[in-house]
Amino acid sequence: MARLPARALPRPAWPAGLRRLRAGGRSLLRVTSLGLFLVAWHFATTRQVELYVRFKNIPTPARVVEEAMALFTSPAFFVHIGASLERIYLGFALATVLGVGLGLLIGWFRLAEDLLLPPIELLRPIPAVAWVPLAIMLWPTERSSIVFITGLGAFFPIVLNTIHGVEGIDRGLVRAATSLGAGPASIFREVVIPGALPNIVTGLSVGMGVSWICLISAEMVSGQYGVGYFTWVAYGIVKYSSIVVGMLTIGVLGMLSSALIRVVGASLMPWRPRSAKHET
Amino acid sequence: MDAVPTGRIEICDVGVVFGRNGQTVEAVQRFSLAIQPGDFVALLGPSGCGKSTVLNAVAGFVRPSEGCVVVDGEPVTRPGADRGMVFQQHSLFPWKTVIENVEFGLKMRGVGRTERNSVARTFLHLVGLGGFEKAYPFQLSGGMQQRVGIARVLVNRPRVMLMDEPFAALDAQTRMTMQELLLGVWKEVRTTVLFVTHDIDEALFLSDRVAVMTARPGQLRDIVEVPLARPRAPEITATPEFMRLKAHVLAQVREESRRALQFGAIA
Repeated sequence: MARLPARALPRPAWPAGLRRLRAGGRSLLRVTSLGLFLVAWHFATTRQVELYVRFKNIPTPARVVEEAMALFTSPAFFVHIGASLERIYLGFALATVLGVGLGLLIGWFRLAEDLLLPPIELLRPIPAVAWVPLAIMLWPTERSSIVFITGLGAFFPIVLNTIHGVEGIDRGLVRAATSLGAGPASIFREVVIPGALPNIVTGLSVGMGVSWICLISAEMVSGQYGVGYFTWVAYGIVKYSSIVVGMLTIGVLGMLSSALIRVVGASLMPWRPRSAKHET
Repeated sequence: MDAVPTGRIEICDVGVVFGRNGQTVEAVQRFSLAIQPGDFVALLGPSGCGKSTVLNAVAGFVRPSEGCVVVDGEPVTRPGADRGMVFQQHSLFPWKTVIENVEFGLKMRGVGRTERNSVARTFLHLVGLGGFEKAYPFQLSGGMQQRVGIARVLVNRPRVMLMDEPFAALDAQTRMTMQELLLGVWKEVRTTVLFVTHDIDEALFLSDRVAVMTARPGQLRDIVEVPLARPRAPEITATPEFMRLKAHVLAQVREESRRALQFGAIA
């Protein structure tokens, strides 16, 4: 069957004006959804709703905005953000190098699979927080132990997705490469690595999410800096609006890091047809 | 493009046995065929008769349990660029552009960037895809993808071009166009072609000789000479001579298909 270029898929022919209105309509819908959430929060907290869940001590949106303004004008809060970002990107970078490297080897070479996979399978189900005591003993500084926990969280999804990607490579493409004169090294470079790339990017994207979870947990348990530490301390000193600012900061930073992975992934793979959902 | 008069294929008493969870299946049995340099030979037979297995043995993907395959005096032991294969579909590297796919063989041989680019462009023009250098495979139709697949093999100047039902996944009109295009390209490069198909019209229209295979285990049943004059146009398929050849081949293929059904050889 003839395949049409994905970019040329037929779309309903809306007049330009209507189409703009429709695209605008979707953004409007999204802004409204966010607005409704804020309104619900506002009423729940100003009326101090008590329906089993208690909103009595939860700060109002206005209080949170006020607190955020204050925090974002003081350098102290940026020290926390800086510490968290440094840990996440250091841990994530290490996890990427190790996870992709080992994943490619394990996926492609049987010997590497037998030698390296069993410990990974054994350690994988242990939640990163359970590593905190051991990490403190293992690593000389608090910074390095939190980087370790953060990287560990990202490592497992990255390595497993990479293995999965290599194992899913179309054997027909390997055959094609050999019948065009490719040797083992060329096959690894020209077929295995690019072939596993879509799964590698999935692994990175899952790994980024997990490493934020691990970072914040680790910072809450041990540490003197970081957004997780800040949020936990705010609870301890009864600064409720700071808790929410800390949480939202984590949310926004996590969202931005995932977006970064998506952008990098898309730029690495211009050869993938864009999904139909993006088209309409 | 200069004609390369190499590409003699000798398939001698080849037997291929596959082991599948403890059971062995004899796919090909005592298969012999000699192909002259520059010949276009079609390998025709009912589905499951082992014709692709024979092709894979020539390519070096499958090691025969008995007998041997010799190309230009050298026994085949592994896949190589001198025996390029055009597959049925989806065999282009999706992450490479059209030109990068065609350049692949030259890159493997260590040809420099500028030279391989210009050689690849020549072959892309030969298959009528000049201007599509920077497209990715997903942006091409099935027929265009197969044309890239042909250019990608020919760029290596192979002794033999192996084709494994390359047009079977295309619609009837595109298939006809591709057959004509292939004959045009072949006239230019004159490499030996071994073409596997289950389509009698296709086999007769393209080739100098049609090797008809028996039902599994695949053996050579008959070699039918196709004395139709070249260049051939699609109208030739309506001539009495073509019809006569077709009837002759069809009778054999039908008998083998029936046998395949009777012995439950279609697995």
